[in-house]
Amino acid sequence: MEALLHQVMAGLATGGIYASLALALVMIYQATHLVNFAQGEMAMFSTYLAWSLLEAGLPYWAVFALAVVISFLLGILIERIVVRPVENAPVLAVVTVFIALLVILNSLAGWIYTYTIKPFPSPFPAGLALGGFMSPHEVGAICVTLLVLVALYVFFRFTPLGLAMRAAAQNPASARLVGIRVGWMLALGWGLAAAVGAVAGMMVAPIVYLDPNMMSGILLYAFAAALVGGIDSPMGAVIGGFAVGVLENLLGAYLIGNELKLSVALVIIVGVLLVKPSGFFGKVQVTRV
Amino acid sequence: MLLEAKNLRAAYGETRVLHGLDFAIEKGSITALLGANGAGKTTTLRALCAMVRTEGEIRFDGASLAGLRTEDIVRRGVAHVPDGRGTFLHLTTEENLRLGAYARRDRGEVEADVERMFGYFPRLRERRAQQAGTLSGGEQQMLAVSRALMLRPKLMLLDEPSFGLAPLLVRELFSILSEIRDREGVSMMLVEQNAAMALDLADRAYLIETGRVVLQGSSQQLKSNDSVRRSYLGY
Repeated sequence: MEALLHQVMAGLATGGIYASLALALVMIYQATHLVNFAQGEMAMFSTYLAWSLLEAGLPYWAVFALAVVISFLLGILIERIVVRPVENAPVLAVVTVFIALLVILNSLAGWIYTYTIKPFPSPFPAGLALGGFMSPHEVGAICVTLLVLVALYVFFRFTPLGLAMRAAAQNPASARLVGIRVGWMLALGWGLAAAVGAVAGMMVAPIVYLDPNMMSGILLYAFAAALVGGIDSPMGAVIGGFAVGVLENLLGAYLIGNELKLSVALVIIVGVLLVKPSGFFGKVQVTRV
Repeated sequence: MLLEAKNLRAAYGETRVLHGLDFAIEKGSITALLGANGAGKTTTLRALCAMVRTEGEIRFDGASLAGLRTEDIVRRGVAHVPDGRGTFLHLTTEENLRLGAYARRDRGEVEADVERMFGYFPRLRERRAQQAGTLSGGEQQMLAVSRALMLRPKLMLLDEPSFGLAPLLVRELFSILSEIRDREGVSMMLVEQNAAMALDLADRAYLIETGRVVLQGSSQQLKSNDSVRRSYLGY
Protein backbone atom coordinates (compact mmCIF):
# COMPACT_ATOMS: atom_id res chain seq x y z
CA MET A 1 0.00 0.00 0.00
CA GLU A 2 2.76 2.35 0.93
CA ALA A 3 4.64 1.49 -2.24
CA LEU A 4 1.52 2.25 -4.26
CA LEU A 5 1.15 5.62 -2.55
CA HIS A 6 4.78 6.27 -3.31
CA GLN A 7 4.21 5.61 -6.98
CA VAL A 8 1.13 7.82 -7.07
CA MET A 9 2.97 10.68 -5.40
CA ALA A 10 5.96 10.36 -7.70
CA GLY A 11 3.52 10.32 -10.59
CA LEU A 12 1.91 13.52 -9.38
CA ALA A 13 5.31 15.15 -9.18
CA THR A 14 6.31 14.34 -12.75
CA GLY A 15 2.72 14.99 -13.76
CA GLY A 16 3.14 18.57 -12.62
CA ILE A 17 5.93 18.98 -15.15
CA TYR A 18 3.87 17.46 -17.94
CA ALA A 19 1.07 19.76 -16.88
CA SER A 20 3.07 22.96 -17.28
CA LEU A 21 4.47 21.95 -20.65
CA ALA A 22 1.01 20.84 -21.77
CA LEU A 23 -0.23 24.22 -20.64
CA ALA A 24 2.31 25.91 -22.90
CA LEU A 25 1.18 23.74 -25.82
CA VAL A 26 -2.46 24.61 -25.18
CA MET A 27 -1.66 28.33 -25.06
CA ILE A 28 -0.11 28.34 -28.50
CA TYR A 29 -2.82 26.07 -29.80
CA GLN A 30 -5.51 28.41 -28.53
CA ALA A 31 -3.85 31.41 -30.11
CA THR A 32 -2.93 29.89 -33.45
CA HIS A 33 -4.61 26.46 -33.77
CA LEU A 34 -1.17 24.97 -34.24
CA VAL A 35 0.72 22.50 -32.07
CA ASN A 36 4.23 23.71 -31.38
CA PHE A 37 6.55 20.74 -31.67
CA ALA A 38 9.49 22.87 -30.56
CA GLN A 39 7.87 23.68 -27.20
CA GLY A 40 10.06 21.21 -25.32
CA GLU A 41 13.29 22.44 -26.89
CA MET A 42 12.32 26.03 -26.17
CA ALA A 43 11.88 25.07 -22.51
CA MET A 44 15.21 23.24 -22.56
CA PHE A 45 16.96 26.27 -24.01
CA SER A 46 15.40 28.54 -21.37
CA THR A 47 16.69 26.20 -18.70
CA TYR A 48 20.20 26.46 -20.13
CA LEU A 49 19.93 30.23 -20.05
CA ALA A 50 18.94 29.97 -16.39
CA TRP A 51 21.94 27.71 -15.80
CA SER A 52 24.26 30.31 -17.36
CA LEU A 53 22.81 33.00 -15.11
CA LEU A 54 23.27 30.78 -12.07
CA GLU A 55 26.87 30.13 -13.09
CA ALA A 56 27.32 33.91 -13.23
CA GLY A 57 26.51 33.92 -9.54
CA LEU A 58 23.00 35.36 -9.42
CA PRO A 59 20.66 34.13 -6.66
CA TYR A 60 18.12 31.45 -7.64
CA TRP A 61 14.87 33.41 -7.60
CA ALA A 62 16.42 36.33 -9.48
CA VAL A 63 17.54 33.82 -12.10
CA PHE A 64 14.05 32.30 -12.13
CA ALA A 65 12.43 35.69 -12.80
CA LEU A 66 15.04 36.68 -15.37
CA ALA A 67 14.75 33.37 -17.22
CA VAL A 68 10.98 33.75 -17.41
CA VAL A 69 11.23 37.30 -18.75
CA ILE A 70 13.99 36.48 -21.26
CA SER A 71 12.07 33.42 -22.46
CA PHE A 72 8.96 35.56 -22.88
CA LEU A 73 10.90 37.96 -25.09
CA LEU A 74 12.56 35.12 -27.03
CA GLY A 75 9.13 33.57 -27.60
CA ILE A 76 7.91 36.83 -29.10
CA LEU A 77 11.05 37.05 -31.22
CA ILE A 78 10.60 33.48 -32.51
CA GLU A 79 7.01 34.27 -33.49
CA ARG A 80 8.03 37.47 -35.27
CA ILE A 81 11.01 36.01 -37.13
CA VAL A 82 10.26 32.34 -37.70
CA VAL A 83 6.51 31.82 -37.46
CA ARG A 84 5.14 35.06 -38.93
CA PRO A 85 6.51 34.43 -42.45
CA VAL A 86 4.58 31.14 -42.69
CA GLU A 87 1.39 32.56 -41.19
CA ASN A 88 -0.68 31.77 -44.25
CA ALA A 89 1.27 28.75 -45.42
CA PRO A 90 -0.30 25.27 -45.49
CA VAL A 91 -0.21 23.34 -42.20
CA LEU A 92 2.49 20.98 -43.43
CA ALA A 93 4.87 23.88 -44.08
CA VAL A 94 4.25 25.22 -40.58
CA VAL A 95 4.87 21.81 -39.03
CA THR A 96 8.13 21.63 -40.95
CA VAL A 97 9.13 25.00 -39.53
CA PHE A 98 8.32 23.82 -36.01
CA ILE A 99 10.39 20.68 -36.43
CA ALA A 100 13.26 22.69 -37.89
CA LEU A 101 13.03 24.95 -34.86
CA LEU A 102 13.19 21.88 -32.63
CA VAL A 103 16.33 20.56 -34.33
CA ILE A 104 18.00 23.97 -34.46
CA LEU A 105 17.41 24.72 -30.77
CA ASN A 106 18.59 21.25 -29.83
CA SER A 107 21.80 21.55 -31.83
CA LEU A 108 22.37 25.11 -30.71
CA ALA A 109 22.18 24.05 -27.07
CA GLY A 110 24.53 21.15 -27.76
CA TRP A 111 26.96 23.45 -29.56
CA ILE A 112 26.99 26.13 -26.87
CA TYR A 113 26.73 23.99 -23.75
CA THR A 114 27.97 20.56 -25.01
CA TYR A 115 26.00 17.35 -24.57
CA THR A 116 27.53 16.64 -21.17
CA ILE A 117 24.80 16.20 -18.57
CA LYS A 118 24.80 18.93 -15.94
CA PRO A 119 23.12 19.11 -12.56
CA PHE A 120 20.57 21.88 -12.00
CA PRO A 121 19.76 23.15 -8.51
CA SER A 122 16.37 23.13 -6.87
CA PRO A 123 15.23 26.18 -4.90
CA PHE A 124 13.62 23.91 -2.34
CA PRO A 125 15.50 22.26 0.55
CA ALA A 126 16.71 18.67 0.33
CA GLY A 127 15.20 15.90 2.42
CA LEU A 128 11.69 14.52 2.55
CA ALA A 129 8.28 16.11 2.87
CA LEU A 130 4.68 14.91 3.13
CA GLY A 131 5.49 12.00 5.46
CA GLY A 132 8.32 10.81 3.27
CA PHE A 133 6.26 10.37 0.13
CA MET A 134 7.60 13.30 -1.81
CA SER A 135 10.72 15.39 -1.88
CA PRO A 136 10.33 19.08 -1.07
CA HIS A 137 11.29 19.77 -4.67
CA GLU A 138 8.42 17.68 -5.95
CA VAL A 139 5.96 19.41 -3.65
CA GLY A 140 7.41 22.77 -4.66
CA ALA A 141 7.20 21.96 -8.37
CA ILE A 142 3.54 21.03 -8.04
CA CYS A 143 2.80 24.26 -6.18
CA VAL A 144 4.63 26.32 -8.82
CA THR A 145 2.66 24.60 -11.58
CA LEU A 146 -0.63 25.33 -9.86
CA LEU A 147 0.38 28.94 -9.28
CA VAL A 148 1.16 29.34 -12.97
CA LEU A 149 -2.21 27.88 -13.85
CA VAL A 150 -4.07 30.23 -11.52
CA ALA A 151 -2.13 33.23 -12.82
CA LEU A 152 -2.93 32.32 -16.42
CA TYR A 153 -6.57 31.72 -15.59
CA VAL A 154 -6.89 35.12 -13.93
CA PHE A 155 -5.08 36.77 -16.83
CA PHE A 156 -7.26 35.24 -19.55
CA ARG A 157 -10.50 35.47 -17.66
CA PHE A 158 -10.36 38.88 -16.02
CA THR A 159 -8.04 41.24 -17.90
CA PRO A 160 -8.91 43.14 -21.09
CA LEU A 161 -5.67 41.95 -22.69
CA GLY A 162 -6.47 38.33 -21.88
CA LEU A 163 -9.93 38.75 -23.36
CA ALA A 164 -8.42 40.36 -26.46
CA MET A 165 -6.06 37.41 -26.89
CA ARG A 166 -8.94 34.97 -26.72
CA ALA A 167 -10.92 37.06 -29.19
CA ALA A 168 -8.00 37.31 -31.61
CA ALA A 169 -7.57 33.53 -31.53
CA GLN A 170 -11.24 32.86 -32.15
CA ASN A 171 -12.09 35.36 -34.80
CA PRO A 172 -9.19 37.43 -36.15
CA ALA A 173 -11.33 39.41 -38.60
CA SER A 174 -13.77 40.56 -35.93
CA ALA A 175 -10.93 41.18 -33.51
CA ARG A 176 -9.42 43.68 -35.95
CA LEU A 177 -12.79 45.37 -36.20
CA VAL A 178 -12.78 46.15 -32.49
CA GLY A 179 -9.24 47.51 -32.76
CA ILE A 180 -7.23 44.52 -31.52
CA ARG A 181 -3.76 44.21 -33.05
CA VAL A 182 -4.11 40.54 -33.88
CA GLY A 183 -0.49 39.99 -34.93
CA TRP A 184 0.75 41.16 -31.57
CA MET A 185 -1.72 38.96 -29.73
CA LEU A 186 -0.24 35.90 -31.46
CA ALA A 187 3.28 37.04 -30.59
CA LEU A 188 2.17 37.57 -27.01
CA GLY A 189 0.75 34.03 -26.96
CA TRP A 190 4.13 32.69 -28.03
CA GLY A 191 5.84 34.78 -25.40
CA LEU A 192 3.57 33.47 -22.65
CA ALA A 193 3.99 29.88 -23.81
CA ALA A 194 7.76 30.27 -23.81
CA ALA A 195 7.63 31.73 -20.30
CA VAL A 196 5.47 28.86 -19.03
CA GLY A 197 7.86 26.44 -20.75
CA ALA A 198 10.79 28.06 -18.96
CA VAL A 199 9.11 27.44 -15.61
CA ALA A 200 8.52 23.81 -16.58
CA GLY A 201 12.14 23.42 -17.66
CA MET A 202 13.53 24.83 -14.42
CA MET A 203 11.24 22.61 -12.37
CA VAL A 204 12.07 19.42 -14.26
CA ALA A 205 15.83 19.96 -14.62
CA PRO A 206 16.70 19.09 -10.98
CA ILE A 207 14.95 15.73 -11.53
CA VAL A 208 16.09 14.71 -15.02
CA TYR A 209 19.30 16.80 -15.12
CA LEU A 210 20.23 19.30 -17.76
CA ASP A 211 21.06 18.08 -21.24
CA PRO A 212 19.90 19.10 -24.71
CA ASN A 213 17.64 16.05 -25.00
CA MET A 214 16.06 16.39 -21.58
CA MET A 215 12.66 17.38 -22.98
CA SER A 216 12.13 14.85 -25.77
CA GLY A 217 10.34 12.28 -23.60
CA ILE A 218 8.62 14.91 -21.52
CA LEU A 219 7.18 16.63 -24.58
CA LEU A 220 5.58 13.37 -25.63
CA TYR A 221 3.87 13.07 -22.24
CA ALA A 222 2.86 16.70 -22.47
CA PHE A 223 1.20 16.00 -25.81
CA ALA A 224 -0.64 13.09 -24.24
CA ALA A 225 -1.65 15.30 -21.31
CA ALA A 226 -2.89 18.10 -23.56
CA LEU A 227 -4.92 15.64 -25.62
CA VAL A 228 -6.44 13.92 -22.58
CA GLY A 229 -7.52 17.26 -21.20
CA GLY A 230 -8.63 18.62 -24.55
CA ILE A 231 -6.14 20.60 -26.60
CA ASP A 232 -8.11 23.83 -26.14
CA SER A 233 -8.58 23.64 -22.37
CA PRO A 234 -5.84 25.01 -20.05
CA MET A 235 -7.57 23.45 -17.05
CA GLY A 236 -7.81 20.14 -18.90
CA ALA A 237 -4.12 20.28 -19.76
CA VAL A 238 -3.18 20.52 -16.11
CA ILE A 239 -5.51 17.76 -14.96
CA GLY A 240 -4.38 15.69 -17.94
CA GLY A 241 -0.76 16.29 -16.97
CA PHE A 242 -1.25 14.94 -13.45
CA ALA A 243 -3.33 12.02 -14.73
CA VAL A 244 -0.73 11.03 -17.30
CA GLY A 245 2.05 11.32 -14.71
CA VAL A 246 0.30 8.99 -12.28
CA LEU A 247 -0.78 6.54 -14.96
CA GLU A 248 2.69 6.40 -16.45
CA ASN A 249 4.24 5.72 -13.06
CA LEU A 250 1.74 3.05 -12.01
CA LEU A 251 1.93 1.21 -15.32
CA GLY A 252 5.71 1.47 -15.25
CA ALA A 253 5.92 0.07 -11.72
CA TYR A 254 3.31 -2.69 -11.82
CA LEU A 255 2.52 -3.65 -15.37
CA ILE A 256 4.96 -3.00 -18.14
CA GLY A 257 8.22 -1.98 -16.51
CA ASN A 258 10.24 1.15 -16.94
CA GLU A 259 11.56 0.31 -20.40
CA LEU A 260 8.14 0.59 -22.03
CA LYS A 261 6.99 3.64 -20.09
CA LEU A 262 7.29 6.05 -22.97
CA SER A 263 4.97 3.96 -25.09
CA VAL A 264 2.27 4.72 -22.53
CA ALA A 265 2.27 8.25 -23.88
CA LEU A 266 1.80 7.02 -27.43
CA VAL A 267 -0.98 4.65 -26.40
CA ILE A 268 -2.74 7.53 -24.64
CA ILE A 269 -2.35 9.83 -27.64
CA VAL A 270 -3.74 7.29 -30.10
CA GLY A 271 -6.42 6.18 -27.64
CA VAL A 272 -7.75 9.67 -26.98
CA LEU A 273 -7.73 10.59 -30.67
CA LEU A 274 -9.71 7.45 -31.47
CA VAL A 275 -12.22 7.52 -28.63
CA LYS A 276 -12.66 11.13 -27.56
CA PRO A 277 -10.85 13.53 -29.91
CA SER A 278 -11.99 16.62 -28.00
CA GLY A 279 -10.46 15.31 -24.76
CA PHE A 280 -12.23 15.20 -21.41
CA PHE A 281 -12.36 18.94 -20.83
CA GLY A 282 -12.21 20.22 -24.39
CA LYS A 283 -14.98 22.56 -25.43
CA VAL A 284 -17.64 20.96 -27.52
CA GLN A 285 -18.47 24.04 -29.47
CA VAL A 286 -22.08 25.09 -29.53
CA THR A 287 -23.30 27.06 -32.48
CA ARG A 288 -26.78 27.90 -33.56
CA VAL A 289 -27.34 27.20 -37.23
CA MET B 1 -18.60 66.39 -43.59
CA LEU B 2 -17.52 63.55 -41.32
CA LEU B 3 -16.33 61.37 -44.15
CA GLU B 4 -15.59 62.02 -47.79
CA ALA B 5 -14.62 59.39 -50.32
CA LYS B 6 -13.26 60.40 -53.71
CA ASN B 7 -12.70 58.09 -56.63
CA LEU B 8 -12.81 55.08 -54.31
CA ARG B 9 -11.73 51.89 -56.05
CA ALA B 10 -11.34 48.41 -54.63
CA ALA B 11 -10.51 44.96 -55.92
CA TYR B 12 -10.39 41.37 -54.73
CA GLY B 13 -7.25 40.06 -56.41
CA GLU B 14 -7.73 40.82 -60.10
CA THR B 15 -11.43 41.44 -59.84
CA ARG B 16 -12.34 45.10 -59.62
CA VAL B 17 -15.48 45.68 -57.62
CA LEU B 18 -15.57 49.43 -57.08
CA HIS B 19 -14.83 51.65 -60.07
CA GLY B 20 -14.47 55.08 -58.54
CA LEU B 21 -17.16 55.98 -56.02
CA ASP B 22 -17.68 59.50 -54.70
CA PHE B 23 -19.76 59.96 -51.60
CA ALA B 24 -19.91 61.80 -48.33
CA ILE B 25 -21.35 61.20 -44.90
CA GLU B 26 -22.64 64.18 -42.98
CA LYS B 27 -22.01 64.46 -39.27
CA GLY B 28 -24.89 63.16 -37.19
CA SER B 29 -26.79 61.73 -40.11
CA ILE B 30 -27.66 58.31 -41.47
CA THR B 31 -26.60 57.66 -45.03
CA ALA B 32 -28.02 54.67 -46.85
CA LEU B 33 -26.18 52.75 -49.53
CA LEU B 34 -28.60 50.97 -51.78
CA GLY B 35 -28.14 48.61 -54.67
CA ALA B 36 -28.74 45.11 -55.93
CA ASN B 37 -26.72 42.04 -55.03
CA GLY B 38 -23.14 42.37 -56.21
CA ALA B 39 -23.34 46.14 -56.70
CA GLY B 40 -20.45 46.65 -54.29
CA LYS B 41 -22.23 47.75 -51.10
CA THR B 42 -20.40 45.44 -48.71
CA THR B 43 -17.12 46.14 -50.47
CA THR B 44 -17.65 49.87 -50.00
CA LEU B 45 -17.94 49.40 -46.24
CA ARG B 46 -14.92 47.12 -46.25
CA ALA B 47 -12.94 49.66 -48.25
CA LEU B 48 -13.70 52.33 -45.64
CA CYS B 49 -11.93 50.31 -42.98
CA ALA B 50 -9.14 48.82 -45.06
CA MET B 51 -10.46 45.27 -45.10
CA VAL B 52 -9.87 45.11 -48.86
CA ARG B 53 -7.18 46.51 -51.15
CA THR B 54 -8.27 50.06 -51.87
CA GLU B 55 -7.23 53.04 -53.97
CA GLY B 56 -8.59 56.54 -53.97
CA GLU B 57 -9.01 59.09 -51.25
CA ILE B 58 -10.89 58.74 -47.97
CA ARG B 59 -10.93 61.64 -45.54
CA PHE B 60 -12.40 60.98 -42.12
CA ASP B 61 -12.81 63.63 -39.46
CA GLY B 62 -10.35 65.93 -41.19
CA ALA B 63 -7.56 63.42 -41.85
CA SER B 64 -6.75 60.97 -44.61
CA LEU B 65 -7.18 57.27 -43.89
CA ALA B 66 -4.70 56.27 -46.59
CA GLY B 67 -2.26 53.57 -45.53
CA LEU B 68 -3.89 52.94 -42.16
CA ARG B 69 -4.66 49.41 -41.04
CA THR B 70 -8.10 48.26 -39.95
CA GLU B 71 -7.15 48.38 -36.26
CA ASP B 72 -5.99 51.99 -36.56
CA ILE B 73 -9.08 53.12 -38.43
CA VAL B 74 -11.21 51.56 -35.71
CA ARG B 75 -9.18 53.46 -33.13
CA ARG B 76 -10.09 56.70 -34.89
CA GLY B 77 -13.75 56.01 -34.22
CA VAL B 78 -15.10 53.90 -37.07
CA ALA B 79 -17.14 50.93 -35.84
CA HIS B 80 -18.14 48.28 -38.33
CA VAL B 81 -21.04 45.87 -37.93
CA PRO B 82 -19.88 43.45 -40.60
CA ASP B 83 -21.62 41.18 -43.00
CA GLY B 84 -22.45 38.05 -40.95
CA ARG B 85 -22.39 40.07 -37.71
CA GLY B 86 -18.84 39.12 -36.65
CA THR B 87 -19.92 37.79 -33.28
CA PHE B 88 -17.32 36.11 -31.07
CA LEU B 89 -19.44 32.98 -30.86
CA HIS B 90 -17.56 31.24 -28.05
CA LEU B 91 -17.37 34.23 -25.75
CA THR B 92 -20.22 35.43 -23.58
CA THR B 93 -22.53 38.28 -24.47
CA GLU B 94 -20.87 40.52 -21.92
CA GLU B 95 -17.38 39.64 -23.14
CA ASN B 96 -18.46 40.53 -26.66
CA LEU B 97 -19.61 43.92 -25.40
CA ARG B 98 -16.41 44.55 -23.48
CA LEU B 99 -14.37 43.73 -26.56
CA GLY B 100 -16.22 46.48 -28.39
CA ALA B 101 -14.65 48.95 -25.99
CA TYR B 102 -11.17 47.44 -26.31
CA ALA B 103 -9.73 50.35 -28.30
CA ARG B 104 -11.01 52.97 -25.84
CA ARG B 105 -8.78 54.57 -23.26
CA ASP B 106 -11.44 55.37 -20.67
CA ARG B 107 -11.70 51.87 -19.21
CA GLY B 108 -13.55 53.22 -16.19
CA GLU B 109 -16.67 54.05 -18.17
CA VAL B 110 -16.97 50.71 -19.91
CA GLU B 111 -19.10 49.29 -17.12
CA ALA B 112 -21.65 52.09 -17.46
CA ASP B 113 -21.75 51.65 -21.23
CA VAL B 114 -22.47 47.95 -20.92
CA GLU B 115 -25.47 48.91 -18.80
CA ARG B 116 -26.45 51.54 -21.36
CA MET B 117 -26.51 48.86 -24.08
CA PHE B 118 -28.69 46.67 -21.88
CA GLY B 119 -30.97 49.71 -21.65
CA TYR B 120 -31.34 49.80 -25.45
CA PHE B 121 -31.56 46.02 -25.77
CA PRO B 122 -32.97 44.49 -22.56
CA ARG B 123 -32.90 41.03 -24.11
CA LEU B 124 -29.11 41.12 -24.01
CA ARG B 125 -29.15 41.60 -20.26
CA GLU B 126 -30.91 38.25 -19.86
CA ARG B 127 -28.27 36.65 -22.09
CA ARG B 128 -25.40 38.38 -20.32
CA ALA B 129 -23.40 35.30 -19.26
CA GLN B 130 -24.49 33.11 -22.16
CA GLN B 131 -22.20 32.01 -24.99
CA ALA B 132 -22.96 34.37 -27.85
CA GLY B 133 -23.20 31.47 -30.29
CA THR B 134 -26.37 30.31 -28.56
CA LEU B 135 -28.18 33.61 -29.10
CA SER B 136 -30.91 33.85 -31.70
CA GLY B 137 -30.24 35.68 -34.95
CA GLY B 138 -32.05 38.77 -33.75
CA GLU B 139 -30.22 38.82 -30.45
CA GLN B 140 -26.90 38.41 -32.23
CA GLN B 141 -27.71 41.36 -34.46
CA MET B 142 -28.52 43.47 -31.41
CA LEU B 143 -25.26 42.29 -29.88
CA ALA B 144 -23.35 43.26 -33.03
CA VAL B 145 -24.84 46.76 -33.02
CA SER B 146 -24.17 47.14 -29.28
CA ARG B 147 -20.60 45.90 -29.68
CA ALA B 148 -20.02 48.56 -32.32
CA LEU B 149 -21.57 51.24 -30.10
CA MET B 150 -19.31 50.25 -27.22
CA LEU B 151 -16.48 51.91 -29.15
CA ARG B 152 -18.38 55.22 -28.78
CA PRO B 153 -17.80 55.61 -32.49
CA LYS B 154 -18.06 58.76 -34.54
CA LEU B 155 -19.18 56.66 -37.47
CA MET B 156 -20.92 53.32 -37.46
CA LEU B 157 -20.96 51.16 -40.60
CA LEU B 158 -23.88 48.75 -40.72
CA ASP B 159 -23.87 45.90 -43.22
CA GLU B 160 -27.42 44.60 -43.75
CA PRO B 161 -28.57 44.79 -40.14
CA SER B 162 -32.00 43.54 -41.24
CA PHE B 163 -30.61 40.33 -42.73
CA GLY B 164 -32.44 37.26 -41.47
CA LEU B 165 -34.61 39.16 -39.01
CA ALA B 166 -38.38 39.04 -38.71
CA PRO B 167 -40.02 42.27 -39.98
CA LEU B 168 -41.12 43.22 -36.48
CA LEU B 169 -37.57 42.94 -35.19
CA VAL B 170 -36.24 44.98 -38.09
CA ARG B 171 -38.66 47.75 -37.22
CA GLU B 172 -37.59 47.66 -33.57
CA LEU B 173 -33.90 47.69 -34.50
CA PHE B 174 -34.31 50.58 -36.93
CA SER B 175 -36.20 52.67 -34.41
CA ILE B 176 -33.41 52.13 -31.89
CA LEU B 177 -30.85 53.13 -34.53
CA SER B 178 -32.65 56.39 -35.18
CA GLU B 179 -32.90 56.99 -31.44
CA ILE B 180 -29.14 56.48 -31.14
CA ARG B 181 -28.48 58.95 -33.95
CA ASP B 182 -30.72 61.56 -32.36
CA ARG B 183 -29.57 61.07 -28.81
CA GLU B 184 -25.87 60.39 -29.23
CA GLY B 185 -25.14 61.99 -32.57
CA VAL B 186 -23.56 58.84 -34.01
CA SER B 187 -23.29 59.08 -37.78
CA MET B 188 -24.08 55.92 -39.67
CA MET B 189 -23.68 54.40 -43.08
CA LEU B 190 -26.27 51.75 -43.70
CA VAL B 191 -26.08 49.10 -46.40
CA GLU B 192 -29.44 47.56 -47.10
CA GLN B 193 -31.31 45.43 -49.59
CA ASN B 194 -34.52 46.40 -47.88
CA ALA B 195 -34.61 49.77 -49.64
CA ALA B 196 -37.99 50.89 -48.33
CA MET B 197 -37.03 50.57 -44.68
CA ALA B 198 -33.57 51.99 -45.27
CA LEU B 199 -35.00 55.10 -46.95
CA ASP B 200 -37.43 55.59 -44.07
CA LEU B 201 -34.53 55.63 -41.63
CA ALA B 202 -31.85 57.43 -43.63
CA ASP B 203 -31.39 61.14 -44.21
CA ARG B 204 -29.51 60.75 -47.46
CA ALA B 205 -28.96 57.86 -49.81
CA TYR B 206 -26.73 56.68 -52.61
CA LEU B 207 -27.75 54.14 -55.19
CA ILE B 208 -24.90 52.14 -56.65
CA GLU B 209 -24.83 49.77 -59.59
CA THR B 210 -21.82 47.63 -60.52
CA GLY B 211 -19.40 49.68 -58.46
CA ARG B 212 -20.57 53.17 -59.50
CA VAL B 213 -22.88 55.74 -57.95
CA VAL B 214 -25.85 56.13 -60.25
CA LEU B 215 -28.09 58.27 -58.09
CA GLN B 216 -27.81 60.32 -54.92
CA GLY B 217 -29.92 62.69 -52.92
CA SER B 218 -32.08 63.00 -49.85
CA SER B 219 -34.10 59.97 -48.92
CA GLN B 220 -37.23 61.82 -50.02
CA GLN B 221 -35.78 62.48 -53.45
CA LEU B 222 -34.81 58.86 -53.92
CA LYS B 223 -38.16 57.62 -52.71
CA SER B 224 -39.94 59.69 -55.29
CA ASN B 225 -37.59 58.78 -58.12
CA ASP B 226 -39.46 56.65 -60.63
CA SER B 227 -36.72 54.18 -61.46
CA VAL B 228 -35.85 53.66 -57.80
CA ARG B 229 -39.51 53.03 -57.09
CA ARG B 230 -39.85 50.48 -59.86
CA SER B 231 -36.54 48.65 -59.31
CA TYR B 232 -36.01 48.79 -55.57
CA LEU B 233 -39.24 49.68 -53.84
CA GLY B 234 -41.51 47.54 -55.98
CA TYR B 235 -44.53 49.77 -56.52
